[in-house]
Amino acid sequence: MEQQTVQNAPYVIEMLHITKEFPGIKANDDITLQLKKGEIHALLGENGAGKSTLMSVLFGLYQPEKGEIRKNGQVVHIKDPNDATALNIGMVHQHFKLIEVFTVLDNIILGAEDTKLGFIQKKEARKKVAALSEKYGLSIDMDAKVEDITVGMQQRVEILKMLYRDNDILIFDEPTAVLTPQEIAELMQIMRNLKAEGKSILFISHKLNEIMEVSDRVTVLRKGKYVGTVETKDTDKAELSRMMVGRPVQLVVDKGEADPGDAVLKIENLTVPSKLHKNNAVKNVSLTVHAGEILCIAGIDGNGQTEFVHALTGLEKATSGKITLCGHDISRASILRRSQTGMSHIPEDRHKHGLVLDFTLEQNMVLQRYKEQRFQKLGFIKFAEIRKYTEDLIKKFDVRSGQGPVTKARSMSGGNQQKAIVARELDRDMPLIVAVQPTRGLDVGAIEFIHSQLVKERDEGKAVLLVSLELEEVMNLSDRILVMYEGEIVGELDPKATTAEELGLYMAGAKRQDKGVTA
Amino acid sequence: MKLKGFLNKDGTKSVFSTLISIIIGLIAGVIVIIIVGLADKNISSRDIGNGINLVLFGIFNFTSTNIGDMLFRAVPIIMTGLSVSLAYKTGLFNIGASGQYLAGTTATLFIALCIPTTVVPAWLVWTLAFLGGILAGALWGAIPGMLKAFLNINEVLACIMTNWLAAKMVTWVFSLSNLQRNEYGMTSLIWKTEHNGVMTSRMGLDKLFPGSQQVNGGIIIAIIIAVIIYIILSKTTLGYELKACGSNRHAARYAGIKDKRNIVLSMALAGALAGAGAALYWLSGTTDFKWDTAYQSLPGEGFTGIAVALLGACNPIANIFTGMFMSSLSVIGTKLGNVTNYNEHITSVIIAVIVYLSAFSLLIKRWLTNWFKKSEEKQLNKKAAPPKPKGKDKENALPEELKTGKEGAE
Repeated sequence: MEQQTVQNAPYVIEMLHITKEFPGIKANDDITLQLKKGEIHALLGENGAGKSTLMSVLFGLYQPEKGEIRKNGQVVHIKDPNDATALNIGMVHQHFKLIEVFTVLDNIILGAEDTKLGFIQKKEARKKVAALSEKYGLSIDMDAKVEDITVGMQQRVEILKMLYRDNDILIFDEPTAVLTPQEIAELMQIMRNLKAEGKSILFISHKLNEIMEVSDRVTVLRKGKYVGTVETKDTDKAELSRMMVGRPVQLVVDKGEADPGDAVLKIENLTVPSKLHKNNAVKNVSLTVHAGEILCIAGIDGNGQTEFVHALTGLEKATSGKITLCGHDISRASILRRSQTGMSHIPEDRHKHGLVLDFTLEQNMVLQRYKEQRFQKLGFIKFAEIRKYTEDLIKKFDVRSGQGPVTKARSMSGGNQQKAIVARELDRDMPLIVAVQPTRGLDVGAIEFIHSQLVKERDEGKAVLLVSLELEEVMNLSDRILVMYEGEIVGELDPKATTAEELGLYMAGAKRQDKGVTA
Repeated sequence: MKLKGFLNKDGTKSVFSTLISIIIGLIAGVIVIIIVGLADKNISSRDIGNGINLVLFGIFNFTSTNIGDMLFRAVPIIMTGLSVSLAYKTGLFNIGASGQYLAGTTATLFIALCIPTTVVPAWLVWTLAFLGGILAGALWGAIPGMLKAFLNINEVLACIMTNWLAAKMVTWVFSLSNLQRNEYGMTSLIWKTEHNGVMTSRMGLDKLFPGSQQVNGGIIIAIIIAVIIYIILSKTTLGYELKACGSNRHAARYAGIKDKRNIVLSMALAGALAGAGAALYWLSGTTDFKWDTAYQSLPGEGFTGIAVALLGACNPIANIFTGMFMSSLSVIGTKLGNVTNYNEHITSVIIAVIVYLSAFSLLIKRWLTNWFKKSEEKQLNKKAAPPKPKGKDKENALPEELKTGKEGAE
C-alpha cells in the first residue's frame, strides 16, 4: 500500500536539466532529478560524479548555468541557503556544521531563535525540540555540549536542526560515512520514520547496501552526467554498480592462491605505549609477513592498530621489541631509513600523513623520492623529470584530476587522492607494503582498483601487510588474518576456513586462541 | 583572450591586490594629511596641497639623492622582509625579526669596531662583521625554532620573548663597552663603523645617484640574497623540504623528512637574514647607533619586515620591490618634514594603513577573482579558458562560490 502511494505521489522537487560548470570541468551536465513527496530518493555516484555539486545547487550554494528548479511544480530561484530554508529544504552536510562548545539545544535553535525583547525564549524551543525528538525517535541530550557527544548524536542534532525549521525536504550528504554499524542501523530507522511522517528525503551515498535497504528510487550519476533513475525494488547491487561505474564491477576480489616465500618482515615482541591511557596500546605483538602473501590485521577501530603501524613505520617510538625488515634490524631506524630499507606505507589518514594538500599532485608524487639522483642534481630539483614521472603514474594508475600534474592535491576527489597515494607507494617498488585502511571512504570502482593492485603486488612477490576495519575487505583480500584486540593478537585465522561471524567474535573480544599465537 | 589569461593568473592577481592595498593606503594618507592640515593652524593650505602632492606623486619626483637614500633605507627592510617570508613558507610566523636584527647589530658593531684596521685589513674586518651579524641573527632565530621543534612552544610567543631579551642585552652589552661616543651630550651613542675605517663599498652607486650620502653596495648584496632565497625556495630540495614541513608537518614526517631539524633550520635562516640586514645597515658606516638605557625599544625594521613580506605575498623577489616602496614612503616622510610644516612621521600612518591592508590582500585577491569571473560571465558562449580545479573542498570554496553565485544570478 505504502509503495503505491509513493509511486503516485506528485513531485515536490524537480531539478530539470541542471548544468553547472567549473573552470576545466563540467561538474553537472544536463542532470534531471525528480523527488516525489514522501519518498527516500538515493543519489548514487562515484567520488567526483557530481552528487555534492548537484545538492549544493539545490541548497543554493552554487548557481547552475543552465536548468531550473521547481518546487511543487512552481519554478523557484534558490540564490543562497536562506532561500533554500525558506522553501523548507534542509541539508545535513557530510562534515557537520555544529558549534562544538555550544549545547545541543543552542545548536538546534541557532539562527532560528525566538526572542522576546532581545532575550532568547529557550523554554518554548526546548518543548518543541523535545516533541520532535520524541516523534521521530531522535534521542539526544539537549544540555550536553556538542564536543562531548558521539558522532551519531551529532548527526541526530543536525537532523533535528532541519526538523526544527519545519523542513520537509531533507538532504543527507553521505550520512553514514562517519557512523558505526549500529549507528547506521539507527539512522536507517530514523529515515524510515521521517518518510512515514511525509518528509521527502534525498540520500547521497555510494554504499550500495544502504541504498538497497532504505531507498525507494535511485538516481545514478557518472562523471557529471545523468545515467538514469530506477526503482530500488526492480534493481540489484550489480546493476547499480554497473550504472555507477560504467562497466561491470567485480564486487568480490578475483585472486588466485597465495605462494608465500621468505619472511620479509619479522616483528618480535613489539610493545607500544598509548597516548590516550596508561596501558600499552600494543602489547607484545609478534608476527611475520612473507613475500607473496597478504597478511591482514583485522580488528575494531582503536584496538592498537594505529599505534602498531606507527611503531612499525617509525612515526612513533616503541618501548620494546625487534623489527627486522629484509634481514636488517630497523627497530631503532629513522623513518627515512625504514622506508629506504624496503617499506611502502599507504597511511590511514590520507589528509594528515598521505598528502601535502597545498602541494600539487606532482610535488606529492615525489614526497619520499625528491632526493633521488633521478629527481635532483646537486640539490636542484629536476622539474621536467618529476613532471614526466607524474604523467606516467597518472596514466598507469588512472588518477583523475582537473589539471593533471599541477592540480592542487586539495582540489582532487577523495578517491583520486587515495589513488595518487597508492600509485606513489606501489611505484616505489618496495618488498613490503603496509596498507592501512586503503579503501576507506572510497566508492566501489576505486575499491576494486586498489584491491586488484594489492593482489597484483602480492603476485609479484611483495609482502603486503593490510590493516582493515572492514569485515568484507578482510575476508575478500587476505591470505591470512590476525585479529587484534586491545593491543594483542588474539587469533590467527584462515579466511577460507573461517566465517565473517567467527571473525566478528574474535574482533569483539568474545573469542580468543590461547597462547602460542606467534604468527 | 591572451590578456584575460594573463589577468586571471594567480601571480597577477597577487600583484593587483598588493597595488590596491597600496592605493588605499595612500588615499588614507591623503585623508590624514587633509584632516591634520585643517586642524593645525601652523599648516597653510599651500602646505596641504604640497602634502597631498608629495604623498600621491612624491615617488615620481624623486631626485637622484632621494633614490639613493631610498635604496639605502630599503636594505634592512628587504632583509627582514625576506626573513619573515622564508619562515612563513615553512609555516612559521617570524615576529622575532626585531630581536634577530638587534642580535646582528650587536655582533656586527662589536666586530667592526673592536678589530683594529691597523692590524687586520678593513675588507676582512667588514667580512667578519658581516658574517658575525649573520651568525648572531641565526642563533637568535634558532632559539624560538628549537623551542617550537622540541617543546612545541608557539614560535610567536617565543619570538616576543627573544625580542625583548635582545633589547635588554643590547643595552647591557653596550653600556659595558668602551664603544660609546660622547657627542651632543648623548651618552648612548655608538661610534659609526667609519670610525674604524670599516665601510661598505659604494660599488659605484654614489656615481649613479649623485647627492646621496648614504647609498652603497648593500642594496646590491640584498638583491643578490633575495634572488638566492628565491632559488632555494623554489628550485632546490631544501626549499621543497622546508615548504613540505610548512604545509603539512605530519606528511613531511611520514615521508621521512626531518621536520624538527627543518623548523630549527628555517628559523635560523630567517634569523640569519634579519642579522644580515642589520649588518648591511650598520656597516654602511654612515649611521649612528643609538639606544636608551632608560627604556629599551625594538627596531622598527623587524615589524616593517612583516609588512614587506605580506605585501609581497611572501615572494622573495617581490620583497625587493615592496621593501623599496616602504623605504620610499620613509623618504617621502623626510621630505614632508622638510618642505612643509607637517611632521615627517605622518608617513608612518600611511605605512600602518598599508600594513593592515597587506593582511587583507587575500580578501582583495578574492574580490578580484570574483570580478574576473563576473566579466567572464558577460562574455557568454566563451568558455572559461584558465583551468581552475573544481572546488571540491567545500569549506574552502564556499564563501567565494557564494559570492559568485549571487553575481551570476543578477
